[in-house]
Amino acid sequence: MTVIGVLALQGAFIEHIKKLNQIGVDAREIRLPEQIAELDGLIIPGGESTTIGKLIDRFELRAPIVELAHSGRPLWGTCAGMILLAHAVDEDTRARSQPLLDLMDLTVRRNAFGSQLDSFETDLDFPAVAETPIHAVFIRAPIISAVGPDVEVLSRLENGQIVAARQRNLIVTSFHPELTSDDRLHRWFARTAKAATADLLPTTGGAKIAG
Amino acid sequence: MEKSTWTTKAGLAQMLKGGVIMDVVTPEQARIAEEAGACAVMALERVPSDIRRDGGVARMSDPDLIIGIKEAVTIPVMAKARIGHFVEAQILEAIGVDYIDESEVLTPADDRYHIEKQQFQVPFVCGARNLGEALRRIGEGAAMIRSKGEAGTGNIVEAVRHLREILGGIKRLQSLPREELMSEARDLGAPYELVLEVAETGKLPVVLFCAGGIATPADAALVMQLGAEGNFVGSGIFKSENPLERGKAIVEATTHFRDAKILAEVSRGLGEPMRGLELTEIPQEQLLATRGW
Repeated sequence: MTVIGVLALQGAFIEHIKKLNQIGVDAREIRLPEQIAELDGLIIPGGESTTIGKLIDRFELRAPIVELAHSGRPLWGTCAGMILLAHAVDEDTRARSQPLLDLMDLTVRRNAFGSQLDSFETDLDFPAVAETPIHAVFIRAPIISAVGPDVEVLSRLENGQIVAARQRNLIVTSFHPELTSDDRLHRWFARTAKAATADLLPTTGGAKIAG
Repeated sequence: MEKSTWTTKAGLAQMLKGGVIMDVVTPEQARIAEEAGACAVMALERVPSDIRRDGGVARMSDPDLIIGIKEAVTIPVMAKARIGHFVEAQILEAIGVDYIDESEVLTPADDRYHIEKQQFQVPFVCGARNLGEALRRIGEGAAMIRSKGEAGTGNIVEAVRHLREILGGIKRLQSLPREELMSEARDLGAPYELVLEVAETGKLPVVLFCAGGIATPADAALVMQLGAEGNFVGSGIFKSENPLERGKAIVEATTHFRDAKILAEVSRGLGEPMRGLELTEIPQEQLLATRGW
């Protein structure tokens, strides 16, 4: 069975877990480095990126997360999680101490729309996953302000701002699919995780391992 | 595109879960709080223990102070309005704070009514001592609840009492047959629709934090194990000997609240906590938690 971890240091991790459980996926709260190795995929949830980033380093989760990303298993960052996967944060929106995992070739802009008063909901086209628009909730949300050549843009707002992207097995979304009733993105992520693990172990079961 | 919907208001509180919101009175303290890993700060002129010491009327902070703190950090900034003082709330909304705390720590402006919070764009957090109070505040539009505790005491006993009251009240609703819920709503003084919802889901419709008396990492983990979804820490951090280290430790304890080994590790060598107050030392009329209707 596919096992997906949700980083549970701070933020809206329970909402992701509920969503994954609803679609029949075994989902686990991840707080310690030794819990990461056995996962088929990992979600870094929304929350406060500076808080989560500091706790990643204080509890030595950086190395196992980077290892998971390099192994080809999927990693999905929503909102704060998107900031953490980025290579850089726009200077004028960066906290004085802003730890990043630097796994994707993109620059993000924190609180890109302003304060909480500018948080909003809207419908988004997300052609890689959904034929009809996805309802998206943006809360003090970041956007992607620059992407490298290997990054595929998955979704934009009407004004062209990039709010979702993929680079190989790494996915980021500015918004919160865990707060709506639409489960298409979680289903897509779970399928990706299952496929990735199948690639890592070319045959099913343990019989082939000895050979 | 729709701004300031219920989902975005209650949603910001979801993003704060598992975190620590720290009281700060200067931009420098706000930077220390951010460095310690706070998920938000509460900007105010005096922490509750000083309000308690100074006496007099405690009001909304000077907008200059709040704006200065907003400029010092990138994390969400909350600020307090007096109970019932809807003009203070209008001013806080106008300067763009991320959350308003309609707070018993300030001197109430209205001794019968709270702010009608639905009509505001900015979300509100309110204190509660029991389930009825929590549901009245949610009925008025609060998008987040905190147990009140007794602010500025460094004594966790009231916070524990209020959390147990709220969570015990929820368990009680779940155990009642449906025909008893209308009378129960009357006894709680709570909206019937919300009583029905809580009886069905077994939880408040908004996020529940703990406040009022947290002074150590162990206090923070205690209330998380009891069922709080995050912590407000007021005087407990900046009235202690080493605010940065204590702030970090309380953040770490809030994350790893069930892991006693980590709690032991983060509790070591933090220096003196704030001096606590025994509740019986406080004259009845100076109790803050009884403010709220």
